[in-house]
Amino acid sequence: MGVPHLLIHHRQDNVGVVVVEDLTAGTDMLAVITEDNSDFRMQAKQATPIGHKIALKDLAIGDTVIKYGEDIGKVVAPIVKGEHVHIHNLKTKRW
Amino acid sequence: MNLADRKIWGYRRENGRVGVRNYVAILPLDDISNAACEAVAAHIQGTIALPHAYGRLQFGEDLDLHFRTMIGTGANPNVAACIVIGIEGGWTEKVVAGIAKTGKPVAGFSIEGNGDIATVAAASRKAKEFVHWASEKVREQCPITDVWVAAKCGESDTTTGLASCPTVGNMYDKLVPLGLYGCFGETSELTGAEHLAAARAVSPEIKDKFLKTWQAYQDDVIEAHKTSDLSDSQPTKGNIAGGLTTIEEKALGNLEKIGKKIKFIDVLEPALAPARGNGLYFMDTSSAAAECCTLQAAAGYVVHIFPTGQGNVIGNPIMPVIKLTGNPRTVRLMSEHVDVDVSGIVRREMTIDQAGDVLIEMIEKTANGRLTAAEALGHREFVMTKLYRSA
Repeated sequence: MGVPHLLIHHRQDNVGVVVVEDLTAGTDMLAVITEDNSDFRMQAKQATPIGHKIALKDLAIGDTVIKYGEDIGKVVAPIVKGEHVHIHNLKTKRW
Repeated sequence: MNLADRKIWGYRRENGRVGVRNYVAILPLDDISNAACEAVAAHIQGTIALPHAYGRLQFGEDLDLHFRTMIGTGANPNVAACIVIGIEGGWTEKVVAGIAKTGKPVAGFSIEGNGDIATVAAASRKAKEFVHWASEKVREQCPITDVWVAAKCGESDTTTGLASCPTVGNMYDKLVPLGLYGCFGETSELTGAEHLAAARAVSPEIKDKFLKTWQAYQDDVIEAHKTSDLSDSQPTKGNIAGGLTTIEEKALGNLEKIGKKIKFIDVLEPALAPARGNGLYFMDTSSAAAECCTLQAAAGYVVHIFPTGQGNVIGNPIMPVIKLTGNPRTVRLMSEHVDVDVSGIVRREMTIDQAGDVLIEMIEKTANGRLTAAEALGHREFVMTKLYRSA
């Protein structure tokens, strides 16, 4: 296996984390699920900074974003698979 | 070598605890005694002043915490001997008496009626005696598990939860069952993962104690004072730049620090020394790095492990803070702050288990005397936690 572009904690997660610098739109990413070391490929729709998240599937307003197999907040703007997930489309359910 | 047989070279103190540094601390009881303490430390080599902002007109629980932090700092095994200087003698002697219970040399000086110059002269003479006494101490071999190791993460990002925090968790999973004292805190920053943290309590009683502590922070601190959803404070701007979006996401990464197997055996009030024997403890702390580290040092922890994503630069004056990061960009841009590079984890070149072993080796080196990045760079953040306004 080569160096992954995207790491996903758990199989149930619907987002992954970019772990390379300067990821450009259109990159054919190697994605690895750290829980079981399985891998797959998917395309990045947008340039996304290292450490930031990318959606693994289409997400609608009100959907729950899952990371670590846990609820990390709610979708507040539609997200297409491969797009950047951050403060513009994901909000806390707390506080 | 079997982990259980690993040894470090430390200072065995009068009360049996092991220190990994050998400071003569010059501790101000209060803010207005900082100048005298700094004058003593400037004069007598081998001493360290610990200036801070508080100590006047505090009362109730806040005053209790002030005394606990002062006494705990002087009592820490990394401190060989301690000078306490306060504006008046009453509270100064209270701190001196608390530190003296460890059996280490300690002396108090008060400024009222003497002035700074006479106080500094008298304290300097005593500090010089202490320096000679402390510098004759010789390190001896001690089990690695005699080194109390606290942890807290900061300037976190998504790599913290993928790499550096799981590395700390792996270390705790290996060393706590062998007899290590561990500590994690950051009450507010477990929000979103509080159910998972609660499930790691050793008993229903401790689980209940944890959840009450967490709820009290929500009610008395967050709800009582918030003017927004805290989206500018938790996560921080640095966290957000690093890719973290919500407090839930930050909390889940944070909690990776306590590993997969071990349970925490008690919930400690801020700066309170553990009293249930060896094991992992949760301490009720703020999530601000310097406040949390100061409280953990005051509880008696002698080495600190600080996973960072975006590159927090924190240090502590009496407790070496070992920094690790799994973010390759931070390694590239801020290498002078990184003691342990675990960015190989995100490249899948290094396993969490291997990273945990590398961290244990760094704990050994640090305990033996290696200066951390924060020590070499002169980071001495000493920040008292204040619970409310003074009277």
